[in-house]
Amino acid sequence: MTVRVGVVLFPGTNCELDVQFAIEQLGGDAELLWHGDDTTDGVDAIVVPGGFAHGDYLRTGAIARFSPVMHAVGDFAASGGPVVGICNGFQVLCEADLLPGALQKNAGLKFLCQPAALRVETTSTVLTNEASVGDVLRIPINHFEGNYVCDERTLAELRAENRVVVRYVDNPNGSLDDIAGICNAAGNVVGLMPHPERASDPLLGSSDGVVMLKSLLAAATTRATITV
Amino acid sequence: MAEPRNEQSQRRGEEALHRQLGMTDDELAAVVEELGREPTHLELAMYSVMWSEHCSYKSSRAFLSRFPTEAPWVLVGPGEGAGVVDIGDGLAIAVRIESHNHPSAVEPYQGAATGVGGIIRDIFSMGARPIALMDPLRFGSLDDARTRYLFEGVVSGISGYGNSVGVPTVGGEVVFDDTYRGNPLVNVFCLGILPKERLVLARADGPGNLAILLGSATGRDGIGGASVLASASFEEGDEAKRPSVQVGDPFEEKRLIEACLELLDAKLAVGVQDLGAAGLSCAASETAAKAGAGMDVDVARISKREPGMNPIEVLTSESQERMLAIVEPRNVDAVLDLAQRWEIQATVVGRVTDTARFRIYDGLFDAVGVPGENPKPPIGDQPTVGTSDAPPIADVPVESLGDGPLYHRPIARPLSQDALQGADPGPQLRDKFPRGADLSGELLTLLATPTIADKTWVSRQYDHQLFLNTVAGPGADAAVLRVKGTRKALAVSTDGKARFCRLDPRTGGRLAVLEAARNVACSGARSIALVNCLNFGNPEHPEVMWQFSEVVEGMSEACQALGFPVIGGNVSFYNASGDDDIHPTPVAGVLGLIDDLQERPPAAQLSAGYDIVVLGAIRPELGGSEWAAVVHGLDGGMPPVADLESARVVHELVAGFVRDRVLAGVHDVSDGGLAVALAEMAIAGEVGMRVELNFDGCSPAEACFAEPASVVVCSVSPPESAAVCGAAAAAGVPARVVGVAVGDRLIAKGAFDVALADATSAWRDALPLLMAGPDEVESAVPVARVKRGPVF
Repeated sequence: MTVRVGVVLFPGTNCELDVQFAIEQLGGDAELLWHGDDTTDGVDAIVVPGGFAHGDYLRTGAIARFSPVMHAVGDFAASGGPVVGICNGFQVLCEADLLPGALQKNAGLKFLCQPAALRVETTSTVLTNEASVGDVLRIPINHFEGNYVCDERTLAELRAENRVVVRYVDNPNGSLDDIAGICNAAGNVVGLMPHPERASDPLLGSSDGVVMLKSLLAAATTRATITV
Repeated sequence: MAEPRNEQSQRRGEEALHRQLGMTDDELAAVVEELGREPTHLELAMYSVMWSEHCSYKSSRAFLSRFPTEAPWVLVGPGEGAGVVDIGDGLAIAVRIESHNHPSAVEPYQGAATGVGGIIRDIFSMGARPIALMDPLRFGSLDDARTRYLFEGVVSGISGYGNSVGVPTVGGEVVFDDTYRGNPLVNVFCLGILPKERLVLARADGPGNLAILLGSATGRDGIGGASVLASASFEEGDEAKRPSVQVGDPFEEKRLIEACLELLDAKLAVGVQDLGAAGLSCAASETAAKAGAGMDVDVARISKREPGMNPIEVLTSESQERMLAIVEPRNVDAVLDLAQRWEIQATVVGRVTDTARFRIYDGLFDAVGVPGENPKPPIGDQPTVGTSDAPPIADVPVESLGDGPLYHRPIARPLSQDALQGADPGPQLRDKFPRGADLSGELLTLLATPTIADKTWVSRQYDHQLFLNTVAGPGADAAVLRVKGTRKALAVSTDGKARFCRLDPRTGGRLAVLEAARNVACSGARSIALVNCLNFGNPEHPEVMWQFSEVVEGMSEACQALGFPVIGGNVSFYNASGDDDIHPTPVAGVLGLIDDLQERPPAAQLSAGYDIVVLGAIRPELGGSEWAAVVHGLDGGMPPVADLESARVVHELVAGFVRDRVLAGVHDVSDGGLAVALAEMAIAGEVGMRVELNFDGCSPAEACFAEPASVVVCSVSPPESAAVCGAAAAAGVPARVVGVAVGDRLIAKGAFDVALADATSAWRDALPLLMAGPDEVESAVPVARVKRGPVF
């Protein structure tokens, strides 16, 4: 059975084709979900990809959360569907209150496009179920606003509930507690700043992101089985 | 309809209007002759921008025909929005390079940003999806606070626009030289990919078809940019020209890209043209002229950013993110729907006629109705003459705007050229660094010069990975992009060393082409096309025209010899501060094709235990080298010999080695010479080396720091090095194993001995130190010789 992954497309999104390509290389079926449509079209998993949704001239993701598709994404997440936000997608999920906290400007006040080493902290998520705790994955970051912040209580919760999904081995952007990615309480909504799709082929310098995309496809398969 | 052209200004005692607009008296006379009457103010404004140096190439056109432009794989050559080549598998590649020098000198962030935006529009107006940018940049010395401001602003502008619009910046170069202190160079190269059948030209074919303006509203920004900024020299205090710089909106452009590619996929447009220099005047008249048609434009229809804009402002505005699509009347609704989906404005603003005239109306469509808004449009298939009672406010032969004057400007070899060439730095440097002198400090100094030093500070601000094509990115000899869905890959490099061109422009022109092609060869590709950006001083100086003519000749010779055509280019004159022209700076962008990419090409690095092989002839050529000119201030002499035939052989040899997967690492010798090439490979490979650099006719210093053309360093596993040298010898290329990668020191017997860690920090920390200050650089080892200016 081929699982179907929906890739949300806002005006200004620019990583949608990359995510689609990487998913399809792994045997998944990826289709674009237009931001103006209030539906997830029966897909088995959703990726909110990177880019600059609606230009991000305002706070990142602040406008995207109001696109009709986000209503459907919220319902999908609430029903346990796997949702992953990558980079700008992570920012959008935070703005949409599907994940706690926010992403502010990098500590160095410069855009950073560079490889980052990530330590997997939990495997109880739709993005890491095929990885092992302690794995170090080399996956590129590509952002200006990737400096994760949240209040103390949220941080305590994230730690207590083991919801920090990946941490930077060498923090590049000032993120609180070296956080590179987090999940919701159920583990079915994950946001991370690094781009797994950019580490999906040895030709590109790393294929460490494949284990994440495979995890997502596995979660999508489970979802498809349940909903069938 | 004529309004008095000069009366008002003359009554006020001002300079005549045409001169205010940058036109000469002779040019005005030519306009009067063309029209058979005095031009209106609007007409004069349009001629002034269209006949500007920037738009008309009036000083350079006569020379550009020397370039070889043909090859069986060329689909579109020079003169269109971009050059296009066929790469097989039903795919084509569009490439273009442009300058945005003067806007960037006035407002670095927006100047660079809109340079990126403009070149991207050129690419997708051909039907290609833009997938890669490269930025050849030139600045003055970083000792200067204003230069640091310009450098930081330009890099931020490229980053801010390119990252957001979604086109990765996969390479480029940054060179620092005092010649650019008052006039930095910001060149932008863009590459796009398209299915061959989507190729579209900027032609307004078919009288009755409609011109739809897509994208941003038209504002007062960028008015006269082509004539005011790009076609005049720079003076102090030119910040006053800031209103002539446009402001970019990458989000608008991103939506325009998607909308335009969708409408071309759906075959809804017969032609597309971007609005760049000279704005709508250029786009509308050029598309019509190319199709041998005419065009009527209604200024009243054009969406404006502010009230009270007059037709001159509307027609010459260079507001960004605008495209003109030529659409058959039956497709207008579909185009407007598509634009609405992408939230971009789309308005019918004109119609194609068979009059061969370019006519501007104010209210034409009010009188005759607008297709798309009127169920039974009275225009379209109807004859188009006389459908409005209102007379045009401009009416000129459409071809005359694009058919600007052609100048054969005086040419003179500078009187100082002989003295310059005679000032060979060799003897002085031989005295100062006799055989046995310790060159360790010289090497560390070179590694920390901003031109040679690590540029990660720049490249990590650019998204260089989007689209998952980037097999080799910034810092590699050439950027390598895989072509998804095929086994092919593209290799691209931009290069050009002005100091060589200053010493001998013809040789310098050759060397620019050779270096770019050599970089492409190091990735295993064969070069298939070149675009060039020719940055020069004031063409009214005969010496500058001599430099220009010689550079064009040298580049032509090199392209001819290496067997690839020039498929596009850009000329930027008036790069000067006051009367000081910049050094002649041609930038060559070479596109190469790899037919079967099986793995990542070898990087520019050494591998522990592997032999180090030098291919090519090492000669004591110090003229124009970084070591002589930058470190020792000796900037005379002759540039390295540019032997085209031996270059061709070396390129083929190296590309063959890479294709056969014989090499573990490869890097060409350029800035800083052989010693710097070796050190860069050692730093990248995180391993030391032990070598002997004895070459006939060279002192150790010359062997280390001369910059001979067509030399390549290879890292080869010991069992294979003999075969590599043998194959090279068979091809007539000198080759020898100079040593081995080992340990944690860089040791060249009788020349230098430095710790790998010191070399690494000298190279890696130089730019961050200069730009941020030592406090912000982790584990910074201060390099004594790096001068730091005041923090701004």
